[in-house]
Amino acid sequence: MRPKTRNRRIRLLAGVGAALVALTAVSACGDSGAAGGKVKLSLGLFGNFGYTDLIKEYQAAHPDIEITERTAAYSDHHKNLAAHLATGAGAADIEAIDTGYVAQFKATPDKFVDLNTVGGDKLKDRWLGWKWAASLGKGGQQIGYGTDVGGLAICYRRDMFKTAGLPEDRDAVSALWPTWQAFFETGKRFQAQAPQGVKFMDGGPTVLNAIVGQAPQGYYDQNDQIIVGSNPALRQGWDLVVDAVKANLSAGLLYSTPQWNTGFTQGQFATVTCPAWMMTKIKDQAPDTAGKWDVAAVPGGGGNWGGSYLTVPKQGKHTKEAADLAAWLTAPEQQAKVFTSKGLLPSVPSLYDDPKITGYTNAFFNNAPVGKVFTDAAKKLNPQYQGPKAGDVQTEFGNAMQRVEQGKQDGPAAWQQLVGDVAKIK
Amino acid sequence: MALTFAERRQKWDVKLSPFGFISPYFLIFGVFGLFPLVYTAVVSLQKRNLIDAEGAQFIGFGNYEQLLFHDPYFWNSMGNTVSLWLLTTIPQILFALGIAHLLNRRLRGRMFFRMGMILPNITSVAAVTIIFAQLFGRDFGLVNWVLSWFGAGQVDWQAGTASSHTAIAAMVVWRWTGYHALIFLASMQAIPSSMYEAATLDGAKGWQQFWRITVPLLRPQIIFSTVIATTGNMRLLAEPLLFNPGTAAATGGSDRQFQTAALYLYEQGFAKYDFGYSSAIALILAVATMLVAGLSYLVTRRISTD
Repeated sequence: MRPKTRNRRIRLLAGVGAALVALTAVSACGDSGAAGGKVKLSLGLFGNFGYTDLIKEYQAAHPDIEITERTAAYSDHHKNLAAHLATGAGAADIEAIDTGYVAQFKATPDKFVDLNTVGGDKLKDRWLGWKWAASLGKGGQQIGYGTDVGGLAICYRRDMFKTAGLPEDRDAVSALWPTWQAFFETGKRFQAQAPQGVKFMDGGPTVLNAIVGQAPQGYYDQNDQIIVGSNPALRQGWDLVVDAVKANLSAGLLYSTPQWNTGFTQGQFATVTCPAWMMTKIKDQAPDTAGKWDVAAVPGGGGNWGGSYLTVPKQGKHTKEAADLAAWLTAPEQQAKVFTSKGLLPSVPSLYDDPKITGYTNAFFNNAPVGKVFTDAAKKLNPQYQGPKAGDVQTEFGNAMQRVEQGKQDGPAAWQQLVGDVAKIK
Repeated sequence: MALTFAERRQKWDVKLSPFGFISPYFLIFGVFGLFPLVYTAVVSLQKRNLIDAEGAQFIGFGNYEQLLFHDPYFWNSMGNTVSLWLLTTIPQILFALGIAHLLNRRLRGRMFFRMGMILPNITSVAAVTIIFAQLFGRDFGLVNWVLSWFGAGQVDWQAGTASSHTAIAAMVVWRWTGYHALIFLASMQAIPSSMYEAATLDGAKGWQQFWRITVPLLRPQIIFSTVIATTGNMRLLAEPLLFNPGTAAATGGSDRQFQTAALYLYEQGFAKYDFGYSSAIALILAVATMLVAGLSYLVTRRISTD
């Protein structure tokens, strides 16, 4: 009898083992949803959207909803989102998407809730026309509500300008650079008497992004063809920045890298191109520099860099509640709060004449009237058409300029390789 | 004579139970190993966008043709992979041998040192890589600071091919040397001390004893470690990816100077969304890894055991 019982016991064990395998496979997909009667919503963000207080406010008004924020780095966030959409699982209930990526995601509108079907069509007039249009799918589906727009300005260090014998006052500084040529000429004056170890600007790629953002056409034409090689505005901007790099005005840092972040804390550069969201970055990164920074006008008129959308992936369990929350977070009242708390420029034009916004000054930036600076810039802004892979083209621009900064290639060679590289982006 | 039901069941039991016992492994392997492999092979024959599975088209070997004959960046990444394989695997095995030899003697607190060897291995790859990237920073990195004592100029570690490979190899070697050292140490302790005593009587010095006795007797472990290290080092992803974090992380440097094949796969799949192409890279990389692992097996097998 004994061997038999042992056999049976082992068979039982094997059965339990197989059941465990099956269980782990099942439990891996069963962990979200409503717990304790509350609807749980997750928010997938990158950088700093300034939503923490708003979420508390929303939860207080909707006791049956529980919201969690998940924040990742900029590029990781968008790559993860793509993977989650591909596998049909893992995306947050609301996912933020940056302007540089929105065209890529709107190419597959069926992965997202068409916000027009859940009341978005009635909200349409809230936003700048081009902001609304930029996230529309081919069949007119709206995949995301606009959060902020970038706008453009130049943030500069008053203390360093003073040391270098340049004016400190923001109006006088703005007057120094009506054009980008004048901007880089100022840079040469700065560099001649710069404080030890300080460069005029953070890095070529940052400035180049601003110049590209101001051109009437950017990387793409209206037919989604990449026109980097034939767009004279891009080449002119490229040559200008290459000259500035050669004149030793650049700290050689690539934006959104740890070294660049360190550059803010260590004070390695005196100016940085400042879309509105950059102000939050500087403040978060280098809190010790409070009062040393100020904001001046950007050379060459208005322009835009960045700005985001809130989308609702279809795979979510509570898309209705998520869409409501996204609409609330991007409503004018909330955008106004985010501007005065975090400096993100609203994408709703009704606020651009609101005295609460235009009268707003930022203490961190020496009480600069950023409300006025950025709403003026936003009004002047000529929206540029963003093609499907604008984010990837921008990455190649950054790499190309880095090759020049690192001394690996000269300007023309790096440009030639760049044109070849972006031609491979499909 | 006909078997009773109980007897027949017993017979089937004896025949089938062993398969039942090993089935969990094969089930798991089938789900997480074989299926993805076959699926990748199928996808590699398609032109397919990562987030648009419905739009996939069968294109035969088009991806492979493009990769092997028309894509210099793929060969660049394979070159970087082989370079990093050499720069990581060889030092790793040699250092591990040396460290194991040092630890294989009576010294105070040897348990502490032996435990310490494995510490780098149980840390998070991502955290370690981020810290190493800081150490190898251009302006405020510790490595450059130390080098400046000797009058060396500021090295922009990420900019150059050789410098970036050195930095990445340092991360991998730091992480894995202790692991291999422990494997070597375990087998060293199994070598009978009488062999060393006999060698000492014959007048062999410590160095000779190491090369003539220790290394030949460790041959199976050296083969094992080299093959394991090879398969790991041929698909380095996290280190080159996080060495240059930010928007351009997937390109592995401004001129792709440290983009490994695994990172190129990642770029094509998850930045460019070309799922078919990245699957083709995955399969070619798998074949290349097998070839290189076979090569390292042949090389380490030549350690003489006389």
